[in-house]
Amino acid sequence: MYSEKVMDHFQNPRNVGEIENASGVGTVGNAKCGDIMRMYLDIDDNGIIQDCKFKTFGCGAAVATSSMATELVKGKTIQQALEVTNKAVMEALDGLPPIKIHCSLLAEEAIHAALWDYAEKNGIKIEGLSKPKSDISEDEEEEEY
Amino acid sequence: MSKMVYLDNAATTKTSAEVVEAMLPYFTEYYGNPSSLYGFASHNKDAISKARKTIADTIGAKEKEIYFTAGGSASDNWALKATADLLGEKKGKHIITSKIEHHAIMHTCDYLAKKGYEITYIDVDENGVIKLDELKEAIRPDTILISVMFANNEIGTIQPIKEIGAIAHEHGILFHTDAVQAYSHIPINVDEYNIDMMSASGHKFYGPKGIGFLYIRTGVKIGSFVHGGAQERKRRAGTENVPGIIGIAKAAQIAHEHMSEWNDKEIAMRDHLIDRILDEIPYSRLNGGRDNRLPNNANFSFQFVEGESMLIMLDMKGICASSGSACASGSLDPSHVLLGIGLPHEIAHGSVRLTLSDETTMEDIDYTVDALKEIVAQLRSMSPLYEDFVKKQNNK
Ligand SMILES: Cc1ncc(COP(=O)(O)O)c(C=O)c1O
Ligand code: FES
Repeated sequence: MYSEKVMDHFQNPRNVGEIENASGVGTVGNAKCGDIMRMYLDIDDNGIIQDCKFKTFGCGAAVATSSMATELVKGKTIQQALEVTNKAVMEALDGLPPIKIHCSLLAEEAIHAALWDYAEKNGIKIEGLSKPKSDISEDEEEEEY
Repeated sequence: MSKMVYLDNAATTKTSAEVVEAMLPYFTEYYGNPSSLYGFASHNKDAISKARKTIADTIGAKEKEIYFTAGGSASDNWALKATADLLGEKKGKHIITSKIEHHAIMHTCDYLAKKGYEITYIDVDENGVIKLDELKEAIRPDTILISVMFANNEIGTIQPIKEIGAIAHEHGILFHTDAVQAYSHIPINVDEYNIDMMSASGHKFYGPKGIGFLYIRTGVKIGSFVHGGAQERKRRAGTENVPGIIGIAKAAQIAHEHMSEWNDKEIAMRDHLIDRILDEIPYSRLNGGRDNRLPNNANFSFQFVEGESMLIMLDMKGICASSGSACASGSLDPSHVLLGIGLPHEIAHGSVRLTLSDETTMEDIDYTVDALKEIVAQLRSMSPLYEDFVKKQNNK
């Protein structure tokens, strides 16, 4: 059900782990499926993301999207990192099954949460970043027959 | 694939070679319609009647009390909807069932609820055993049916069917049991267990898929579910699935001949599996009691890890298992059975069901435990929940 890229990132996840004294840490979850994602960012004085690590409790897609998201934000500026949307992550993974789209939202939201934490710690405001939700579960209506 | 260890026999089983062999002539040789007049077709009629008798004998029923259906879901739907039709106007619209039924019962109840029936879902204890005192209290003058599964498909818990049947009959209420997981795995006698209706399905015991039966006790006058021809004593129309009927009867016969031998073997392997997992993987738990469970079922939760990830990693090692986390099966909600026995969401999400067959070997079990040890450790190393847990432990 998953693409080769998803399977690759699931089997060999990039950047798993923690960063000590990280510039920003964000944890978000989806109460509906129970999955939880945590992102660590190391941001230098020029606002470049030097390192990014993650830990995820979740399905195959959650692991793969967190792995891909860390790849996509590494070496980027904060503004560029904000452009790493769930769509971008999904495209980079050659797509996800419909029921797994929310997993990629978790990745986007986790990056935002880590950036928010960084901004708060440094007393700055990041253009275009609003306070992330800690629970992203949506109420999708299922079709009834 | 190189090595494959199939531990998902509660989902379905391999149709045994003997069963296939018994079925084959009914595709190409004896293909006549059993309802036809000529001698060529009458062989089929006899074969069906023999098959019905074989199955009836396994549960102490009469031949005419066995009705072939398209499987477990078809039998469950028939029993519930036809009972509602029969008694809804005459007696009442209240049905009692448990919180841990298969979807074939649950969703049929949802359907009936929309039609104005009232459903009471009885709680289960931490091992998944239905609470009999709650069941007794739930009974009302307008209760028309109690339906409780014989054994649970996720955690293997065997229900006190005899007692439930006795309670139903004391109050003049019909009793149906979904025995899809239990039939041909453990001994069942419909009189001893006070059963009025019972669902079973061929593919759960090395028979073919798409064939099952509903046992209906003589005197229980539920109507037809599929209208049309006069097959199945006018209660279930449609040209008989002759190969399927031959197959399910053959499978039932073999399973009953080998029942105690297979049970002993499976229980030894299951207990070895349970012992090793609980001993060797920290923060793991067995779901469902140690005793009083199906011989071939084990269901575990591993704290701090999620089910689908475990299943994919098991699959990569050639192990077929299933999960209590419904993530993998098209719905995101955790299993209602695991929530029903009181597990919190995140633990229910990290569950794996392993169900054995008579072909499973001790080597398969050991291979699986070794694989699980590795997988759980790997997933924990990337789990934020485990990270938090370890930090908390260190701060103590
Ligand atoms: C307890 C129970 N009831 C009903 C069913 C449905 O049976 P079938 O797949 O034959 O329709 C199953 C099998 O998935 C089951 O385990
Ligand atoms: S199922 Fe919810 S994150 Fe994947």
